[in-house]
Amino acid sequence: MTLVNWLLQGGQEILGILLAPLLMGWVGIWRAWLQNRQAPPLIQPYRQLFKLFHKEVVIAETASPLLRVTPYLLFGCMGLTASLIPMVITDLPLAGAVDVIALVGLLSLARVFLALAAMDVGTAFGSLGARREMLVSFLAEPALLMVFFTVASLNASTSLRFMVTGFAARGFYLYPSLAFAGVAFLMVLLAENGRIPVDNPETHLELTMIHEAMILEYSGRHLALIEWANALKLLIYFSLGFALFLPFGLTDSLQGWEILRALILFLLKLTVMGAGLAVLETISAKQRLFRVPEYLGTAFLLAVLAILLHYLLGS
Amino acid sequence: MSLRPLDLVGLILIGWGGLGLLGLVVPARWGRCLLFPLITGLSVLMAGAGLWALQGGAQTLVLPMGLPGMPFHLRLDVLSAFFLTLLGLAGSGISAYATGYFRHMAETRAGDFQRLILLYALFLASMGMVLVADDAYFFMVAWEGMALSSYFLVTTDHEIPAIREAGFLYLLMAHLGAIALLLCFGLLQSGAGGDYAFATLRHHSLTGFWSSMTFLLALIGFGAKAGLLPLHSWLPEAHPAAPSPVSALMSGIMLKMALYGLLRVLFDLLGQPLWWWGALLVGLGSLTALFGVLFAAVQSDIKRLLAWSSVENMGLILSGLGLTLLFHGAGQETVAALALAAVLYHALNHAFFKGLLFLGAGSVLHATTERNMAKLGGLIRVMPWVAGLSLIGILSLAGLPPFNGFVSEWLLLQAYLLRPDLPQPWLNMVLPLGAAVLALVGALAGFAMVKFYGIVFLGQARGLVLGEVHDIGLWERFGMGWMALGCVLLGLFPSSVILQLDTVTHALVGQGLGASAARHGWLWVTPVAASRASYSPLILFAVIMVSVGLTFLGVRRFFHGRWRRAPAWDCGYPFQTARMQDSADGFGQPIKQIFESFFGLSREIPSPFDPHPHYHSEVRDPLWALCYLPLVRGVARLVKVVGVLQQGRISNYLLFSFTTLLALLALVTGTRP
Amino acid sequence: MSHWNPAPFAQQLLDLFASLLLLIAFAMLSQRRILTLIHLFAWQGLILTLSIADSAWLTHQPHLYYSAVLTLIIKVLILPLLLHRLIRRLDVVWDVETLINIPTTMLVGIGLVVFSFNLALPIAHFSSTILRNTLGIALASVLLSFMMMITRRKAVPQVIGFLALENGLFLAATSATYGMPMVVELGVALDVLVGMFIFGIFFFQIRETFDSLDIRHMEKLKEE
Repeated sequence: MTLVNWLLQGGQEILGILLAPLLMGWVGIWRAWLQNRQAPPLIQPYRQLFKLFHKEVVIAETASPLLRVTPYLLFGCMGLTASLIPMVITDLPLAGAVDVIALVGLLSLARVFLALAAMDVGTAFGSLGARREMLVSFLAEPALLMVFFTVASLNASTSLRFMVTGFAARGFYLYPSLAFAGVAFLMVLLAENGRIPVDNPETHLELTMIHEAMILEYSGRHLALIEWANALKLLIYFSLGFALFLPFGLTDSLQGWEILRALILFLLKLTVMGAGLAVLETISAKQRLFRVPEYLGTAFLLAVLAILLHYLLGS
Repeated sequence: MSLRPLDLVGLILIGWGGLGLLGLVVPARWGRCLLFPLITGLSVLMAGAGLWALQGGAQTLVLPMGLPGMPFHLRLDVLSAFFLTLLGLAGSGISAYATGYFRHMAETRAGDFQRLILLYALFLASMGMVLVADDAYFFMVAWEGMALSSYFLVTTDHEIPAIREAGFLYLLMAHLGAIALLLCFGLLQSGAGGDYAFATLRHHSLTGFWSSMTFLLALIGFGAKAGLLPLHSWLPEAHPAAPSPVSALMSGIMLKMALYGLLRVLFDLLGQPLWWWGALLVGLGSLTALFGVLFAAVQSDIKRLLAWSSVENMGLILSGLGLTLLFHGAGQETVAALALAAVLYHALNHAFFKGLLFLGAGSVLHATTERNMAKLGGLIRVMPWVAGLSLIGILSLAGLPPFNGFVSEWLLLQAYLLRPDLPQPWLNMVLPLGAAVLALVGALAGFAMVKFYGIVFLGQARGLVLGEVHDIGLWERFGMGWMALGCVLLGLFPSSVILQLDTVTHALVGQGLGASAARHGWLWVTPVAASRASYSPLILFAVIMVSVGLTFLGVRRFFHGRWRRAPAWDCGYPFQTARMQDSADGFGQPIKQIFESFFGLSREIPSPFDPHPHYHSEVRDPLWALCYLPLVRGVARLVKVVGVLQQGRISNYLLFSFTTLLALLALVTGTRP
Repeated sequence: MSHWNPAPFAQQLLDLFASLLLLIAFAMLSQRRILTLIHLFAWQGLILTLSIADSAWLTHQPHLYYSAVLTLIIKVLILPLLLHRLIRRLDVVWDVETLINIPTTMLVGIGLVVFSFNLALPIAHFSSTILRNTLGIALASVLLSFMMMITRRKAVPQVIGFLALENGLFLAATSATYGMPMVVELGVALDVLVGMFIFGIFFFQIRETFDSLDIRHMEKLKEE
């Protein structure tokens, strides 16, 4: 635990916060390309955030203070979560305070507040969005937890740091249970980030929207913070996926060139997987809302199977 | 002779009883202002006595009361001490709240109120007596006292038929449980000779079949009190029927008496457990938790929602207890201690957050006279205290960090994860499913809590006139604040709590977590080793605060702070009314839809041409039709058969008695050698 | 990174293939579309082929190579093609209705997995082959395919379930005894092919009689 570690953790948080809109932009570009549209510039999300920050905030008459607190809380939680995941180095000083279970709890704390804020104004859409968000989450959250459980039992630790170094210590090994967990994680990633089979981030079509319905009453800097937090969430899930399933490149040492290599690898992984996400979204169709529990139930059961398989095959 | 903790506990119990009796003679208004604060004070003292006793060994006392030759035995060991602490801590918050809450009742229904004080104090005292009882006879007396006093408290508003029915169901189930307990103690004592003192039972061990029977009887007896499936059906009826502080006492504290009883019988009196006991408890507990939380998510009555959530939490606690038994039976004491610590911790947490939420629900009920969530809404603007404190309650109940519910769920999940290899291979494969159920239950609890809070406190009022609603008074604030503070502190300082639990786990499974859990200082919880798992809520809380604060400052620093109020936008739709928000039914709709086959669902959907459409949907407990109704029908059939004998002629009845007498005499002379 | 040694890698690969087979069995259980079902079946065949080839390499049993090739030709190429043509001809590219909803089916499926692993555990202890881990998985995928046949309402998915069941059996055979004798394997392969043709003829007959491939209509075919 040195000052350098703390600085690196802080640096990672800032890196995450700055990088998140870029990832959104990158996925957006690929989606546009794949759909034969003209792509927006890569920095479009930054422009949007900049514009929103400068607009005036309009708050509904029936809103309580909860509505105004939530964006800050959401952004704070997401920023914190981003700093907890080993993106570049694994030896993060805060990693001991928050293990994966607490990480799931932290994400869910942010979500509960967002859902409550959506219900705060008392409009039809707000409560609809909150209800749907909770519907998605009550299956996605346990699925995520089970994915973590699988990896945790492989490495006998729930701390992200030891999960990653556990993989590194054993070298190359094919874990069948990870195949299941990986599929489940991908499904959860799509659902939790409001991606295509579950929700469409680019729609305001009332019948299908989930996330957008919750934040209809937000405007100005509050909206900017929420959108940013949302982008951060995508980045968080990506880096979680990298840490669990593609941990190569992550370093435990503090040498400059190793960190640089890890950073470059991380960016490379983001580039490839961001494009992959766009491809995945383009080739699949949005599901009916009541197919969503089925979809997420499948993810949950796959994750459960993963952990079963781990015990059954007796690694 | 110096004062021992046990003497202090005894004095407090007598004090509670005395205050209750005093309540009968003192005028109601004084009674409220004077007696309830005194009860609160004694509760605080009780918590202190419990904490004191947690540090030391067991003490005993024999009272020269009871039946001739069967004096009352009292004993205070660390297990009792822990539950006495729980009783004192939660009881003081609830009693302080009750001081303010019953103001209206004391003024309008003085007679009822005087009776209520007596019953309230007796209820507290009998729970205390259950915890210090050291013989089966005294235990049963205290247990029945607890059941009876709470029955009369449930039926405080006995003019309402539904409440009478709920009370009857409660009484019935309580007595079924009590019969099972009587048989259980009978089996425990069988062949031991001598008296029914726990000291005798402790040294008397049972063999295979009989010890399993004893276990099953204890499970039925205490399970009926804990709301274990399928003996749960009274709980969501009786808990909401009582006045809110009493509901808080019942859900927060009385349910834990069942846990205490199970711990006492299983770990203290019965001896080495068989492996399938634990498996059964894990299975039943997990099912109960899932069942409870699903029903909680579809309720539209605020107190009933909380009652179902109590079923869920007791399920979690009992599944953890099952894990403890499994590991203990397999000789894996470290993990057993971890599971046990999770169980005790969750029991304590549940007492606090469920107590808090019942008190909050009571305030809402008191201020609006409305329990139906479909008519509430927007209360955060007129009841900021209740709303703010309840927010802590729902975050704790939903198991979110850094509050207390999360800590115990974290510990329980760790127990599942650190699970050693058990001798039964199929158990190794099934146990991860328990962890999956636990994760699912936690997430569903979040759903239920968002629904509860969002519908009741947020949004716009659904038909209520908010101007007439008032916030709570000082006593209530103090009571709820106490409970909320408990939720926060228990969440932030887990290693200190685990250190206190250490003596209990040492006494029950011979291992403690303290040495390893707090090895890295009081900030961190590390159940086994830092490389396996660690958690530090205080640091987490601090960094959340820092992160949120920095965000706020950053935004403030660089951008203007202009904002204005306007009508809600809602996609530009101009005609919005409060009725367009989700109702409680609407919010629970997805759960109903997904688990439709699971609920006994009946729906009336209006035709589109109906000018006065009326939507009605009702969720019924399928186990009621599956388990209880056949039983009722069976009893009715039996009664009909017996009814043939009833003809109304006295000579016939005399004939029956006569033949019975003859048969008995023949039997007696026949068996004599 | 430790010293590279291909044998444990092939061993891990074998476990991975077996798990993927199970994964596909689950995917088939939760799939509603017939076309996707056929694709999944083809994938399952491919993975089976790879798995057999891998175990052939690992155990130096040349005859397993033959059965790998046989599997590739029949299960990855011919059968899916036939099925494809069949559903085109029958014009049945619809969603499959299930008798029980899918999460429940999956839940039962998990139960089956636990059950079959328990079943395989004592056998695996006796088995001396290095492939014993996969026996439980093979058994599980047999049971899962069986369940798929039970829960489907239309005839075509049932046949696919039957064929997938055969895949599981094949895996079981290779993992328990390094494959059946060549004659038996050839015979089974031929049986499956002939069975497929007969099924095809039956489909046309059923549709001609009932104007539908819904097997509920067959319930009428009983003595009054």
